[in-house]
Amino acid sequence: MAAIERPVAKRRPIYLNLLAIRQPLPAIVSILHRISGALLFAVGIPLLLWFVQTSLASTQGFDAAFGPLSSWFGKLVLLALAWAYIHHVLAGLRHLALDLHIGADLAPARVASAIVMVIAVLLTLIVAVRLW
Amino acid sequence: MVAAVDKLAVGAHYGARDWLAQRVTAIVMTLYTMLIALIVLWNGGLDYATWKAMFASGAFRVATFLFMASLLFHAWVGVRNILMDYAKPTSLRLTLQVVVVCVLVAYAGWTAQVLWGHA
Repeated sequence: MAAIERPVAKRRPIYLNLLAIRQPLPAIVSILHRISGALLFAVGIPLLLWFVQTSLASTQGFDAAFGPLSSWFGKLVLLALAWAYIHHVLAGLRHLALDLHIGADLAPARVASAIVMVIAVLLTLIVAVRLW
Repeated sequence: MVAAVDKLAVGAHYGARDWLAQRVTAIVMTLYTMLIALIVLWNGGLDYATWKAMFASGAFRVATFLFMASLLFHAWVGVRNILMDYAKPTSLRLTLQVVVVCVLVAYAGWTAQVLWGHA
């Protein structure tokens, strides 16, 4: 017994400053999955419904639905939503793979997280090129 | 001895149902997204006539409705999970959950109006 006895109240450092902790890549993909999801809920869904409704109304409506894309702000909003959707889908597919025990070990998890981040940014860049 | 689980009215109800639903709805949405992407790429863009013809098809409307229903349920599970993590006081969490449910039901009504309102 004596060999495994340890001081009960050993003081351990509590250090949960999220901005100071170096987050592992899968954690960054995870929090971005959450942030992108919230963004898609709050901004993406109403804009999607507005777009489909306006664009189907008439030829003028179709042009009007693309109207916001002539401004910098409109392009930026679409670009942010495009990244959010792409990142969310890719991170979600990673989740499905994890459910099937694919890429669950540390090294593959890091590689897959990097792939999610990079492909999401690349596809968003393609959208940006098409927009400008 | 089995520990008693304290089930919160504003919790996740500790079932696999939502976990599974989140994945099924995700797959439905992914397939629909790929369908749209293929249509747009196939047509080399999108014009009003093609767009209008797509939505004139009953099958496409049903597919779109399936996508939107999946999206709204998926959003409920996701936003509720966020609220469970950050909105700690039960009263606040319940209030926010009610707001989210109202918004999602409104989105569902809007969806029905867009798809079948002027048919």
